[in-house]
Amino acid sequence: MRTSLVWMAGGLTSAALTPTALASGWNMPVGVTALSRDIYSLHMIIFWICVIIGVIVFGAMFYSLFRYRHSRGAKAATFHEHTSVEVIWTAIPLLILVGMAVPATATLKNMYDTSEADLDIMVTGQQWRWRYEYLGEEVAFTSNLGTPREQISGTDEKGEHYLLEVDEPLVLPVGQKVRLLLTSDDVIHSWWVPDLAVKQDAIPGFVNENWVRIEEPGIYRGQCAELCGKDHAFMPVVVEAVEQERFEEWLAERKEAAAQEAQGVDREWGMDELMERGEQVYGSVCASCHQPDGQGNPPAFPALAGNQQMLDDRDWHVDTVVNGVSGAAMPAFRSTLNPVEIAAVVTFERNAWGNESGDSVQPSEIAELLEKDE
Amino acid sequence: MASTLPPKPTPEHSTATAGGMAEVGHARPRGLMRWLLTTNHKEIGSLYLIFSLSMFFIGGIFALVVRAELFQPGLQLVQPEFFNQMTTMHGLIMVFGAIMPAFVGLANWMVPLQIGAPDMALPRLNNFSFWLLPVAFALLLSTLLMPGGGPNFGWTFYAPLSTTYAPPSTTFFILSLHIAGISSILGAINIIATILNLRAPGMRMMDMPLFVWTWLITAFLLIAVMPVLAGVITMMLMDINFGTSFFNAAGGGDPVLFQHLFWFFGHPEVYIMILPAFGIVSAIIPTFSRKRLFGYASMVYATAAIAILSFLVWAHHMFVVGLPLVAELFFMYTTMLIAVPTGVKVFNWVATMFRGSISFEPPMLFALAFVVQFTVGGFSGLMLAISPADFQYHDTYFVVAHFHYVLVPGALFAILAGAYYWLPKWTGHYPHLRLSQWHFWLSVIGVNLTFFPMHFSGLAGMPRRIPDYALQFADFNVASSLGAFLFGASQLLFVLVIIKCVRGGEKAPAKAWEGAEDLEWSVPSPAPLHTFETPPDFHPHRH
Repeated sequence: MRTSLVWMAGGLTSAALTPTALASGWNMPVGVTALSRDIYSLHMIIFWICVIIGVIVFGAMFYSLFRYRHSRGAKAATFHEHTSVEVIWTAIPLLILVGMAVPATATLKNMYDTSEADLDIMVTGQQWRWRYEYLGEEVAFTSNLGTPREQISGTDEKGEHYLLEVDEPLVLPVGQKVRLLLTSDDVIHSWWVPDLAVKQDAIPGFVNENWVRIEEPGIYRGQCAELCGKDHAFMPVVVEAVEQERFEEWLAERKEAAAQEAQGVDREWGMDELMERGEQVYGSVCASCHQPDGQGNPPAFPALAGNQQMLDDRDWHVDTVVNGVSGAAMPAFRSTLNPVEIAAVVTFERNAWGNESGDSVQPSEIAELLEKDE
Repeated sequence: MASTLPPKPTPEHSTATAGGMAEVGHARPRGLMRWLLTTNHKEIGSLYLIFSLSMFFIGGIFALVVRAELFQPGLQLVQPEFFNQMTTMHGLIMVFGAIMPAFVGLANWMVPLQIGAPDMALPRLNNFSFWLLPVAFALLLSTLLMPGGGPNFGWTFYAPLSTTYAPPSTTFFILSLHIAGISSILGAINIIATILNLRAPGMRMMDMPLFVWTWLITAFLLIAVMPVLAGVITMMLMDINFGTSFFNAAGGGDPVLFQHLFWFFGHPEVYIMILPAFGIVSAIIPTFSRKRLFGYASMVYATAAIAILSFLVWAHHMFVVGLPLVAELFFMYTTMLIAVPTGVKVFNWVATMFRGSISFEPPMLFALAFVVQFTVGGFSGLMLAISPADFQYHDTYFVVAHFHYVLVPGALFAILAGAYYWLPKWTGHYPHLRLSQWHFWLSVIGVNLTFFPMHFSGLAGMPRRIPDYALQFADFNVASSLGAFLFGASQLLFVLVIIKCVRGGEKAPAKAWEGAEDLEWSVPSPAPLHTFETPPDFHPHRH
């Protein structure tokens, strides 16, 4: 008993008392928003309340254990109730709780006030990546895990931001109130960045709201917090907060790139460039389920290498990628990938890992298909 | 430590008066049939306890697979698919296969003995409730061998991960949970019928030992919420196999509805796993303090208050799903309120020890560890109740630390305390003292080394249910994994203690502990197969 108490006391002290321990990631981060600081202070207040109550209760208990030992010849008293004492120790905790509820309520109200945002971002969870859409700006992209598989399997040395790095971070302006609208294409995910004190479930069929006003430029890392299937550990969130000016530049660059990509839809693409682009898309979007070697993981994720149905029926193949499979894990990629990416990845799948259909799909075909459906 | 323990009561001091009737009547089946057909509450109690101990080891092995993978960052031993099956099965087996059946086993053994009843009120039903369990868990474990693997969506099985996106074996998982649920409901009915009808003449409700009281309230909780679980898994079954869309947004359903229904079951379920523990500790602390329980009546009221509040707090598990502000506030306030009756219990235990005459036999060691460690779990629970802060804590290792503190050094330690307390009554021998003390200290060190660092990894930002993690969490995970293996290995000592105790050891008199008061100590040790065939002479304590 004594051991565990010393241990706990040691743990608690190093967690809460020493500033170095705070800095080295033993405690909740203070964060970089007004709300994250409010939440941090609520956390510390309730923590210290618990510590004080703990010292009193365990103090009384260990005093009794030491002082009234049978082996010291202690004779037991006979009292077994005391109404006023019982009333007091019911009432005092109640008062403490009321005192705690007041600031907690104020903070919560603030967290729920998503009105008057300067910028709206649609955040969509997908197995296992995040998609960000800057509403009204026509900028949207998918953010995938940036850590190479070799680091996960241990063949390569792990980098500094192992599992907390992405190919494209969410870029946000500092000082602006950014409203996040969260939803999901498949299962429930949860978008979480500790430094921003934002954690909100992304639920299929629902749009949740949260907001953030970042005060300091920097890179803030988090990850999915709701079990969402096998790669739950591998869908990080990275937010890059930049000055407003830099943000506008970045937005303009993204718009330009999107326009260029749109032009690519109309021209004829060669087999090699489709394959090259397709391999890229496959690696970041498809490989987590269907595996880098196309062998899949049946029964949930069928093999693509040597998949006869897929090779025989090109239209079915395109339709599966565009519209997904209802009632199964395969998502619809019509809104996630652009026509160039869809055409490229289908072409790649039809001609990789020993698949020899020899045919290709042109971005213009996909664009036509998507338009027809709308 | 051994030298400081007071001498145990000697057989000459035995006060056995009632019970101890000779075996009478017809020939009993032997061998396997004896156990298959038994309607005796003591034998069924033993079956429950042995079953739960085996499940505890199976669930423990799954936990060790998880901890072995988490020992270092990177994927070394298992792939994420299998890792998710291990976390899921660990949770399901421990909750439904280890902790709950252990309490039912203790109730089977001790409730009739504590109220002076000859057996459970419905003995054949009792046999049926037990034998449903091996069927349910054989089915559940067999899903691991099915194509696509076993359940991999966490023990909370949130839809649509557990419906549209689930492995094909999910239908079997649903069936096994149905069977386990029926077993629980039948067991609860039996316990209520026994307590309300079979008390010794003169024993009023407010004379009952607290273990009986807490089990009575627990049984009502079970009857109230197990049907909700049955409902929600049936809706899953329909969604998976019959094309309904209860939880499928694309078909007009609502994934959040699943969580409301699950936690309406799930939160009372949490108290189902802790209220009987309160009862056990409330028996042990007075015995080894040689002083009556402080505030008996307020203990009963606090238990009832916790049970009622347990129906009003479920959505505190859902603070980040996007509840309306008003709901968020309501569930924050009700959750904070639970701290009040829970606090009353802890204060009462401490007041019982105050000015007592305390000795530290193994049951008392476990009970004291329970009080401290359960309270630590209670503190983190209070922190989690603060809804704005929960936006940071939610679904992190801080939550894992919290509920393991309540369930392992909490509920499990209370079960171990109860086992050490009643082993002399069950076997007629005291558990081996040295081994028991080793078991206790290694368990305490192991359990805290495992779960205390999880507070830190959670606060630092590590989500739960991940097979691989960022480098800053590595040190905490090394400690947790080492602790888990220490804790797991030290439970083998418990098995050794039980085997030794069944086979022999220091003989225990009827009243095995000097300060013990309740009726079970008036029958001989070991308790004969049939006790209280004529009702005992009960003299109320006047609580």
